[in-house]
Amino acid sequence: MKYVDEFRDRDQARALAAAISREALPERHYRLMEFCGGHTHAIFRYGVQDLMPDNVEFVHGPGCPVCVLPIACIDEAMQLAQVHGVILCTYADMMRVPAGNRRSLMQAKAEGADIRMIYSTQDALQIARDNPEQHVVFFAIGFETTTPPTAVAIKQAQIQGLKNFSVFCNHVLTPAALGAILKAEQPVVIDGFLGPSHVSTVIGSQAYEPFAQQYAKPIVIAGFEPLDVMQSSLMAIRQINQGRCEVENEYSRAVTRKGNIKAQGLVREVFELRDSFEWRGLGEIKNSALKLRNEFSDFDAEQRFSLTAQPVADIKACDCPAILRGQKKPVDCKLFGTTCTPENPMGSCMVSSEGACAAYWRYGRRRGPAQ
Amino acid sequence: MTTLNIKTGKVDMGHGSGGRAMSQLIKQLFIKHLNNPLLAQGNDQASFATAAGRMVMSTDGHVISPLFFPGGDIGSLAVHGTVNDVAMAGAKPLYLAAGFILEEGFPLIDLECIVISMAKAADVAGVSVVTGDTKVVERGKGDGVYITTTGVGVVPEGVTISGDRAQPGDVVLLSGSIGDHGVAVLSKRENLDFETTIESDSAALDGLVAAMVAAVPQLHCLRDPTRGGLATSLNELAEQSGVGMQLDESAILVKAQVAAACELLGLDPLYIANEGKLIAICAESDAETLLSVMRAHSLGQDAAIIGRVVADEHQMVQMQTRFGGQRVVDWLAGEQLPRIC
Amino acid sequence: MCLAIPAKVISINGDCAHVSLDGVTKEISLALVDKVVVGDYVLLHVGYALNKIDADEAKKTLALFAEAGMLGQRE
Repeated sequence: MKYVDEFRDRDQARALAAAISREALPERHYRLMEFCGGHTHAIFRYGVQDLMPDNVEFVHGPGCPVCVLPIACIDEAMQLAQVHGVILCTYADMMRVPAGNRRSLMQAKAEGADIRMIYSTQDALQIARDNPEQHVVFFAIGFETTTPPTAVAIKQAQIQGLKNFSVFCNHVLTPAALGAILKAEQPVVIDGFLGPSHVSTVIGSQAYEPFAQQYAKPIVIAGFEPLDVMQSSLMAIRQINQGRCEVENEYSRAVTRKGNIKAQGLVREVFELRDSFEWRGLGEIKNSALKLRNEFSDFDAEQRFSLTAQPVADIKACDCPAILRGQKKPVDCKLFGTTCTPENPMGSCMVSSEGACAAYWRYGRRRGPAQ
Repeated sequence: MTTLNIKTGKVDMGHGSGGRAMSQLIKQLFIKHLNNPLLAQGNDQASFATAAGRMVMSTDGHVISPLFFPGGDIGSLAVHGTVNDVAMAGAKPLYLAAGFILEEGFPLIDLECIVISMAKAADVAGVSVVTGDTKVVERGKGDGVYITTTGVGVVPEGVTISGDRAQPGDVVLLSGSIGDHGVAVLSKRENLDFETTIESDSAALDGLVAAMVAAVPQLHCLRDPTRGGLATSLNELAEQSGVGMQLDESAILVKAQVAAACELLGLDPLYIANEGKLIAICAESDAETLLSVMRAHSLGQDAAIIGRVVADEHQMVQMQTRFGGQRVVDWLAGEQLPRIC
Repeated sequence: MCLAIPAKVISINGDCAHVSLDGVTKEISLALVDKVVVGDYVLLHVGYALNKIDADEAKKTLALFAEAGMLGQRE
């Protein structure tokens, strides 16, 4: 696959690994937070950490929209299907996340709720067109990469005059999450950040500049492939060694400073900021999430339906909140591998394929005899 | 007896009630195409002499949707599936039984296609469908058609192939590319609308197995990685034998289109179903022989050594990635779902 | 974050395009991008093109890997 295989080359990996070993100062310990769950997944799937020297450590960040979504939101989505009888369209990622009473959308579907997994918002629109006598709600989740497709669907629904389509909007914002980590009362000691690949395609690298300056941390926008992750780590290590705190863009083949203006415009047209939104693991964050503007209230599921889920506290022993902030590793959680496994997830870090715990479980939980 | 209207006719409750309509369906559709002396006798059972040696029996329920997919249908899949399960004991498959649960309203023309497909598959594999059963359920209580196949076969003397026989030092071989069947079926599912020329690899592996067993009768394990894919079968074998495995990702063949479809949907080819591939585990000293025998067969041309069995009390399957790092290849947790993140 | 994959545009029809990933083809939406032509590579996410891939920048990035790699090998 073009633009993919070249960025997974094994020989290049070895060479880059040697470069990183050379430039990482032996007396320092480098803690790099890969913000994005997709990066966590890639690191484990390819075994990138095996190629890094021991004094370079990846700290897993909260960039997993499934992981940071509060349980109450999933309960509300379930209410839409089970109480209000809508056809609920969702990305497959959400299906197995345990919500209130440890039930998931998958189980609600087994109990008879009309919950459909879709690949694209276009599919949700089609389902609405095909079922004019039923109401269709799209359960919108995701960071800025996934928000523009929702905006397009809402605008198309408006143009097509669809009366039976609405969106339950849970889109959240990356810079706000980054700020929350950096502002935390007990800040994690992070030396630098590997910024998200595809969010940055939309919002541009300039969105991170205030953070690099204000908190004096280097931020390297990293591409999605394992060589990108390694090169970005090298760039971050260099910045740390040189005492620089800049935003650098390693993923220049897809990210520009300004980002995708057209997509940003569409999002601004359809959505506005919520005052505050609760993030699992990070608490209430101001101006961190989106809701539909008034002009689109016909397509706002929260306006059309009364949703009354109770906030659900996390299971006490579940360390997802600390893991999301990069304060603990999956193996530090008492439940990891004992009560909490992919078959029986206690928190979404285990169920979401991007979650730190799931990635760690699937790819690297017991290193065993090293090769 | 009146002629069954296959062209435009539909299955109705009468076809399952044991009367004339059912008899008509059996004679003019099932027996007509699955034609063999035992079935033609028209009994509720088939009686045959057993060959000398140990018998092998296996059963499978087939509920696949869609019923027709590139490279096959539920009929050929059913035959291949059970033939392969029997063959994985090193046995020669001989006879199949087939039970059909038909949904009221299912088009007879589709049923005929499926049965013809079964007949062809059985012919190629050298097996006969010697007995069967038909039931009809009300509209809405079935998925068109469900098929259960049971197969029997005979194992040659001295062959004891079993999932618990893998030992540290053994070599793991794979007969060809992975993920073809799963991707072919996915491409026909609703909401996952992509176009590909990939076809299911659904095939009867008894011929390949016969050649392998003839050359290396002391073969330890055979398994066909169907639902849950290569990863699941390897984990099953590791658990049964109480060992670990170390694989080499660059030796595992994934066709370009299969890899692309997986990238598109966020799926891992290691967990995707195959219907015409097998895993073999043998002693190191037998590996080269086994590999050349596999490669000489049309269904094993892309055979490769993909790893080794190691001692491991945790019974983990681990893999050196193409990139040069290590990863664990774990059991599948629930069904693999496409992802956006 | 979020799974996005580079795909080649093989035909365009208004706001939609057919893309190919090594022979797997799919119809996607171009609603989020401008000035896409047949032969371009786009980043595909949930059925939408998010951006065009800049071929020159891709080359530069690969050259950066190689350069860093060579420095590493001097040890």
